[in-house]
Amino acid sequence: MIDLKKITLAEAAEQLKDGSLTSLELCSQYLKRIDEVEDRVKAFVHLDRNSILAEAEKSDARRRSGKTLSEIDGITISVKDLIAVKGEPCTCGSKILRGLKSPYDATVVSKLKDKGVVIFGRNNMDEFAMGSTCENSSYYPTKNPWDLERVPGGSSGGSAAAVAASEVTASLGSDTGGSVRQPAAFCGVVGLKPTYGTVSRYGLVAYASSLDQIGPLTKDVYDSALLFDVITGKDKRDSTSLDSPSISYAQSVRNAPKDLRGLKVGIPKEYFAEGLSEVVRKDALDVISLLKDLGAEIVDISLPYSKYAIASYYIIATAEASANLARFDGIRYGHRSQNSSNLNDLYLNSRREGFGAEVKRRILLGTFVLSSGYYDAYYLKAQKVRTLIKEDFNNAFAKCDVILSPTSPYPPFKVGEITDPLQMYLADIYTISINLAGICAISVPSSIIKDLNIPLGIQFIGPTRGEEIILKTAKVFEDNRAVKNFIPATVGGV
Amino acid sequence: MEFDVVIGLEVHVQLKTQSKMFCSCANQYGAEANTTICPVCTGYPGVMPVPNHDAIRKTLIAGMMCGCEISPLSKFDRKSYFYPDMPKNYQISQYDLPFCKNGVINISGKGFSGEMLEEKNIGITRIHLEEDVAKSTHYTAYSGIDFNRAGVPLMEVVSEPDMSSADEAYAYLGNLKQIMQYGLISDCDMEKGQMRCDVNISLKPNGRKEFGTKIELKNLNSFRAIHRAINYEISRQSEILIDGGSLVQETRGWNDDRGSTYLMRVKESAHDYRYFPEPDLTPICFTNDEIEALRSQLPELPVQKAERFVRDFELTEYDAQVLTAEKNLADYFDSGAKETKSPKLLANWIISELLREIANAQISITDTKINSKDLAKLVDMISSNVINGKIAKVVFAEMFGTGKSPEAIVKEKGLIQVTDESSIVEFVKKSVEDNPSQVAEYKAGKTAVLQYLVGQVMKISKGKANPQAVVKILKELLDV
Repeated sequence: MIDLKKITLAEAAEQLKDGSLTSLELCSQYLKRIDEVEDRVKAFVHLDRNSILAEAEKSDARRRSGKTLSEIDGITISVKDLIAVKGEPCTCGSKILRGLKSPYDATVVSKLKDKGVVIFGRNNMDEFAMGSTCENSSYYPTKNPWDLERVPGGSSGGSAAAVAASEVTASLGSDTGGSVRQPAAFCGVVGLKPTYGTVSRYGLVAYASSLDQIGPLTKDVYDSALLFDVITGKDKRDSTSLDSPSISYAQSVRNAPKDLRGLKVGIPKEYFAEGLSEVVRKDALDVISLLKDLGAEIVDISLPYSKYAIASYYIIATAEASANLARFDGIRYGHRSQNSSNLNDLYLNSRREGFGAEVKRRILLGTFVLSSGYYDAYYLKAQKVRTLIKEDFNNAFAKCDVILSPTSPYPPFKVGEITDPLQMYLADIYTISINLAGICAISVPSSIIKDLNIPLGIQFIGPTRGEEIILKTAKVFEDNRAVKNFIPATVGGV
Repeated sequence: MEFDVVIGLEVHVQLKTQSKMFCSCANQYGAEANTTICPVCTGYPGVMPVPNHDAIRKTLIAGMMCGCEISPLSKFDRKSYFYPDMPKNYQISQYDLPFCKNGVINISGKGFSGEMLEEKNIGITRIHLEEDVAKSTHYTAYSGIDFNRAGVPLMEVVSEPDMSSADEAYAYLGNLKQIMQYGLISDCDMEKGQMRCDVNISLKPNGRKEFGTKIELKNLNSFRAIHRAINYEISRQSEILIDGGSLVQETRGWNDDRGSTYLMRVKESAHDYRYFPEPDLTPICFTNDEIEALRSQLPELPVQKAERFVRDFELTEYDAQVLTAEKNLADYFDSGAKETKSPKLLANWIISELLREIANAQISITDTKINSKDLAKLVDMISSNVINGKIAKVVFAEMFGTGKSPEAIVKEKGLIQVTDESSIVEFVKKSVEDNPSQVAEYKAGKTAVLQYLVGQVMKISKGKANPQAVVKILKELLDV
């Protein structure tokens, strides 16, 4: 009998290898766990039990005949509902894509399948990845397994909640402005936003193409590296993908040093100014002092243009989204309004009925900023600011190896607590610049707020293709932090 | 009031490539509807475009052949508008950094009405590359969309407003099409939609500097339609202006049956395309070396080929122009001319015989059964007196019908010319014997009768006697 709540991807792989576990057992136990908790957590929007069990049996058969495809053959990994899996729905949490079955596998999914991984269902999300709480799902809001009154974060809230609630070993989410890292922090799991281009976006339904990046949500840093090793690499179907790395990140993490001597950790002064909740500030300062104790040198840095990050982000991301989401028109697939007498009405009604409020808000904003006469003032200006934000980070990384910041300015908040969109946008204040700069960052659970029993996360930011240094740093931190296990003792205290 | 006519053309040319612009589907005309499609060219969620490098190469070649500068840095942009034939509701196109700009096409030769035009340079503003949209077909109760065409590489060639008549526009299109065919860039078959043209036309009083109100013409499906539509618009617009009226900027369609244009939309409802850089594709850079390497492989332009034909094969300029009008014809002549000692005679045979026959048979030069090397052999057989011109026509007809080599036909039918004088003397003697009255007339000084006697000899020899030898021997016999 395995302890689902504790088992990591690496441990499950080890047990599959030594024969103490079969993929069928692993899948069956997760399905049983889902039966117990999913009613409350609502982390999944689609789960095909038969196909999961069939794939598990195939994996076990391969193992019996010595034809195992990889170290992680038979492991269970779920995907966010915007990553295409052939023959499965791919609705992006939206009504407008109901009924569509993906005609192809995303590159990341092909890579997982090639390794023998069992694709374990589809996770809930904010519609088209627009949101920070999972409340913008057209299905139902996902709840934070630590406290069902609270949001799991977003937009990859379903992925984070599923891993935190031990409904699956690991999940793939996507991060456009913090959508992997913020829910990871809210749910007490590890979330990696890789450097733009290191993971193929082919088969990831685009929200903002120049910012989107697929990243793993896992129980620990080692799993994150292991999964990143599988999904990274040049893809001929994604022209923006970068050359495959020559190293194994899992290997690097395994060989991580015992301490942080020689490491320069930058603290951006702008990130510790106003808007930061006290409990988060205190947690970050505790982390800084631990890093010091581990031998790291703490360096003050400045990211002067970070105050323009949110404004630039909401111009660039919505501009791209307005074009990316134009294809959802009811003509070829998805929701088609049934009461339209002409083409124009068909477009308007299908989109009116199919999209939720936040998606409509962002499409309108994006359409506006690209309009003739406004382009220079908004889109072009935002692109210039984006370049300055990149330069900010370049300058900072001349002084330090990694940058440390909270992942979110506040702890997981309550469902329905934030209703003002602008206030909601501020929740991404520490994560958004990383997407604008195209660099990498990882969120690692840092502590648990005692009275509330909810987790906090800390973010290690690295330069372009700096995954090795942030993973290793995160690993050393993980091994030395005060709280060892981030497991919601009982889901929602039940 | 007299007007200056100002015309600029926007021509879309489908590129002849194996696959589509951003996916690996076949770029193939005429396949069953919606069979050469995939998630990419039908705009499924999550797909990404991958640029077709052959299409980019062909665009650069087209640009170079039109004398354009090649931009060292180009990029693709998204052009947004909603229409069911547009799978993503945005088209990947190029906005401010097209692959090619500032070119020129020289027009000369005949206009549509057949009169020779003065030589003139028409500026090319830019050539950019984009993806074609699907094809809509409208039925009474519904519309059908064929996505086979969606994603086919499409080049847009935008001219300067340098043309001033329908004839010039016609000549420009002819030259552009010729260049595209020479560069193996496109077949430019308008019936298959491989070449599509929009016309911008405005009128202004003679000599005035400012342009008049621009009218855009669409739905033009043939060179003839373009020529007619321009002339229609010139009279329509000048009538309005003469009557003291004014024009509004608008888009008009062409109704070929009625021979008139009609209003499609006015400028107020013009689209705001909201161009912005395509984030799924990286900018494309070319080094000078890459550009020069491509330039060194450029195919010969029609003008250069015609000059070479005049220089190397001593053709007249007119013949050279006829033979280079179409690339396939020029290639046909070129490959035959290398095989013969009499390229000029080969040119005559192609122009006077072969072109007539293929026109009659309504086939193209590539469909003829006569191999150009065989035609070269036939020409050599004539010039070396193996057969005479009359026999050659018989052999040619057989070659055209069967595709056999001239040697085989001549051998099969025993058509080798008799040049041996002793044999010819026999034929001549027989004809003199058979036609005493004509012989008498000749001797009485009516020398024209000689042709009749020559004809008789040819008849007796079944056309095989060498006519020059016959004349010589006849004269020798009768002039004593």
